[in-house]
Amino acid sequence: MKIMPRHITGLKAVIHLISLSFLALMTYQTLTGGLGADPVEGLSHFTGKAALNTLMITLLISPIARRFKLGQLVKVRRLVGLYSFFWAAIHLLVYLALDLGFDASLLASEIATRPYLTVGALSWVILLVLAITSTQGIQRRLGHRWQKLHNWVYLALLLAPIHYYWSVKSGITEPVLYLATALILLSFRHKILRRWLPVLSSFSRTPSTRS
Amino acid sequence: MLIKKTPRWALKESDATPESVYHNRRDILKKLGITLVGMPLASQANAGLFDAFTGKDKPAVKDSRRQLVTKPSQYSDSKLSLTPESKILQYNNFYEFGTDKSDPAVRAANFQTNPWTVQIDGLVHRPTTLGYEDIFSKFTLEERIYRLRCVEAWSMNIPWIGFPLAELLKKANPMSKAKYVAFETLHDPKRMPGQASRRLGGGIDYPYVEGLRIDEAMNPLALISVGLYGKTLAPQNGAPLRLVVPWKYGFKSIKSIVRITLTDKEPPTTWNRLAPNEYGFYANVNPQVDHPRWSQGSERFIGEGSLFSSRRQPTTMFNGYANEVAGLYKGMDLRKQF
Repeated sequence: MKIMPRHITGLKAVIHLISLSFLALMTYQTLTGGLGADPVEGLSHFTGKAALNTLMITLLISPIARRFKLGQLVKVRRLVGLYSFFWAAIHLLVYLALDLGFDASLLASEIATRPYLTVGALSWVILLVLAITSTQGIQRRLGHRWQKLHNWVYLALLLAPIHYYWSVKSGITEPVLYLATALILLSFRHKILRRWLPVLSSFSRTPSTRS
Repeated sequence: MLIKKTPRWALKESDATPESVYHNRRDILKKLGITLVGMPLASQANAGLFDAFTGKDKPAVKDSRRQLVTKPSQYSDSKLSLTPESKILQYNNFYEFGTDKSDPAVRAANFQTNPWTVQIDGLVHRPTTLGYEDIFSKFTLEERIYRLRCVEAWSMNIPWIGFPLAELLKKANPMSKAKYVAFETLHDPKRMPGQASRRLGGGIDYPYVEGLRIDEAMNPLALISVGLYGKTLAPQNGAPLRLVVPWKYGFKSIKSIVRITLTDKEPPTTWNRLAPNEYGFYANVNPQVDHPRWSQGSERFIGEGSLFSSRRQPTTMFNGYANEVAGLYKGMDLRKQF
């Protein structure tokens, strides 16, 4: 079936609807005490998992588009990706505001000393940079470098589940499932990754020409 | 002076149910012909992977707790602001019934705790077995409002009902060579689904075991609890009897005890076996010794109100019980013996 522009518009509308429904659910539960006895933890988990879920879905789009020859599908990828950053931003805000009481220096020291926060912060910064550089204008200006920049999403895809894994006391089933899903999503891109890794190692082997 | 920004949706103090009505609510309900009292069960807001598929239906649960008569205690801190009963009943770490905080209230709803036996053996002159009625009748029940600090960095203030652990141990007359007290929870995978499934049970080994040094066990603060908030314990809180050691992280306060053994060697403890570099034998609340992965310098207190009234407070040494217990650890390096 050929995808028409109106299908993409409709799909985008659905994505907005679903995302905003989750936001409404979160708000509703916050106000009615449905987040449980420790609502800060409840909110943290809600937003964190929402961010993980949308990140996974974002990386599902290209493989599906390729497999079912629906190239136009890629047009919704930016929207889903931005929602992933949206949830990640609320996740961080919850932590900073409700857990740390807006203590910026405490945030810095915690990120520096707790490994699970370090990898979380790293994933967050990656998503931030990708969100900022997601516009078509920037994509045009960066050219082929844009794709290299946005390949960093693969690192975020791995770091985010690790952040989750390291944050739990013992219930590792969900983090492990997210990690497994991440690895499956990466395996769809094995050709690209094999090309990417040599490029990475060539950076480190390139000697400085100015000594 | 309290400067507080009250959200529009917050109820006023005057909206609360009058205490006399609250205390007579079961009579009132009975008179109205409603005899099935539902225990509050929270719905779970979650964007998790499988939550759409796990049919966690929450039917009303029969509340079979009974009232207990208690004496006041000098070890109770009545100045503490209490955690609401509904939160104590629905926010539990009891992996025998699942690892989500709301799991035990649901899965342990029909967990029968009568009949029950507690065996006290090992290095004692008088091995003793107590039945369900014994734990309520053979001891003077006190109400003790204690702080509870979980290793996960949240805390509650709970009005426990119970009697000193020392009184229980005295019934068995420990031998002088007894140096430690070991505790064991019930092992019954048929009644405790977390013990039958590794995923449900959080990956820890069962039965759940814990231990104290004999002087810690004989400290007047160490409590065997058989109830809270004026009633016997709900299953999710470790019915029919559990340990409460308020100066240690909550995982030391073992639930649903079936066996207490006096021994001369440091007994194994469940969380220490799972991750020895993260959970020690002593597990004293200590803001200066962080968990390897997170800080123990502060805690989120679970009290009245919702999200915007949840507060982070600094953690105090020995959870505020330093006066009573610091002496037990004189000369010890609490960073090494954590």
